[in-house]
Amino acid sequence: MSSFKHFGEGLLRGLDVTAKHLGRKWITVQYPEQKLVMSQRLRGTDIIWDRSSCISCRACERACPVGCISMAVSRGEDKKLKTDDFTIDFGLCIFCGLCIEACPTGISIYLGYNYANTTYHCSSAKESKTGSTPSDGRCIELVRSNDALLVDDVARPRSGYYRPEVEANLKQQTLLINQTSYLEDLKRKGER
Amino acid sequence: MDWLHFAVFTVIIFIFVISGVLFFIWYERRGLGRFQIRPGPNRAGPFGLLQPVADAVKVLLKEDIVPALADKPVHFLAPLIAFVPALAVFAVIPFGDGALLANLNIGILYIMSVSSIVVIGIFMAGWSSSNKYSLLGAMRTIAQEVSYEIPLVLSILGAVMLAGSLSLNDIVKAQNVPFILLQPLGFLIYMTAAMAEINRTPFDLLEADSEIIAGFQTEYSGMKFGLFYLTEYAETLSVSAIASTLFLGGWAGPLLPGFVWLLIKIVAVFTFIMWVRATFPRLRIDQVMAFGWKFLLPLAMLNLVLTAILVLTGLNDKVWLAVPLNFALAFILIIGASRQFRTGGGHVIV
Repeated sequence: MSSFKHFGEGLLRGLDVTAKHLGRKWITVQYPEQKLVMSQRLRGTDIIWDRSSCISCRACERACPVGCISMAVSRGEDKKLKTDDFTIDFGLCIFCGLCIEACPTGISIYLGYNYANTTYHCSSAKESKTGSTPSDGRCIELVRSNDALLVDDVARPRSGYYRPEVEANLKQQTLLINQTSYLEDLKRKGER
Repeated sequence: MDWLHFAVFTVIIFIFVISGVLFFIWYERRGLGRFQIRPGPNRAGPFGLLQPVADAVKVLLKEDIVPALADKPVHFLAPLIAFVPALAVFAVIPFGDGALLANLNIGILYIMSVSSIVVIGIFMAGWSSSNKYSLLGAMRTIAQEVSYEIPLVLSILGAVMLAGSLSLNDIVKAQNVPFILLQPLGFLIYMTAAMAEINRTPFDLLEADSEIIAGFQTEYSGMKFGLFYLTEYAETLSVSAIASTLFLGGWAGPLLPGFVWLLIKIVAVFTFIMWVRATFPRLRIDQVMAFGWKFLLPLAMLNLVLTAILVLTGLNDKVWLAVPLNFALAFILIIGASRQFRTGGGHVIV
């Protein structure tokens, strides 16, 4: 009955296709409540710094193409270098990962999974009296330094980018196709 | 106490239309979401029920921008002239036996004449905007609306012929079986032409984003745009109500009160319109015009003639015979008309 395509058969078939879509699971992610697990090697908009293993060599600072990393280094009484101030301006950072690749220890600096760096406010360091960041005039909500950059495996997981040993322990990425629907998610939360 | 009847019923109709429009906006956005495998609005209120209210407040608060060279009085009046007829149609829609604002014995005629005033509002809007694209958009819309009014009226006449009356109340009373069974082709033509008439997909050329950006309403913002938006949904509501009244038996139905039956039927027809919107892509202007003049119009005329023959020979009174006969005729007519319908040299696969 191929000739029937001239008599509106295509219209009916189209209606049939959309009708079948009615019962399907949603494929969208309700973002703030529901998040996908990102790729294990995601270059997230976050950088995690490990103070304990850092040797204060400033390789990352030199590697940075936009100069968003600034370090203040001094020599301690035991003649070893120590970092007094480590600051990253996330407003400048392009998350290229060159600092991670440049790190000679291989465990001191990581990219993170975070991808929501927006802020509601943007006050410059000059205006703010408490702002102790070196990059004056920058949006201080986007400038993180020292303890704010430390490794915290729960709230700020490390990405496996350029760190194969981290990648091996990360959860498999959820593709949009595999994710459970929002309704099911809510139901599961209700049961808990 | 005639004035009291009019006053009360006018208020009822106004509330019905506004709440109906708000419901439709919510229902359509949720429904389209389901068709597209996504949740749709779900933030404002439970199930996103307050979303249309939030939209309305937003539209009310927006700045009303009028182009510097616009014809200001015309620009101001256009949305009103478009909106009022869409509302006035409901004066003759029966919500129950005799429960209507004015039981006109020319109800259908009134609906057709009043609803075509919307076209003037649209042209005023396009003309007064002092914007070439708005003018072009308005003219396209009008060409489409004027063209599809003819098959629309012809398809309605089939139902009128069966009932032997132009009053909507009498047409509902005349439906021993819903006229959709006796006029399947008439119903199809009515729905197609009505969707073109209210500028909904696949005939939504007035909003052809890729070509003329929102058509005649480009220069409208704030509440004036809101009125056009309201008009669109009020027209959809009226089209659904007329389809339910003419073809689906209106308020007639067992157990439940008549008003509820009418509402159920209106929502059912609207669901169909929404389903079509979720399915079909937009047509090109020449395809729309060709479809209207070369396909729908001859089909509507043939349907009218055949209905007349059936009514004259008394065949339509024998329901068990008339229903299969009418469906067979509809099938044959659609195939016959499709064979003759060509645009641009080849068959258009519709």
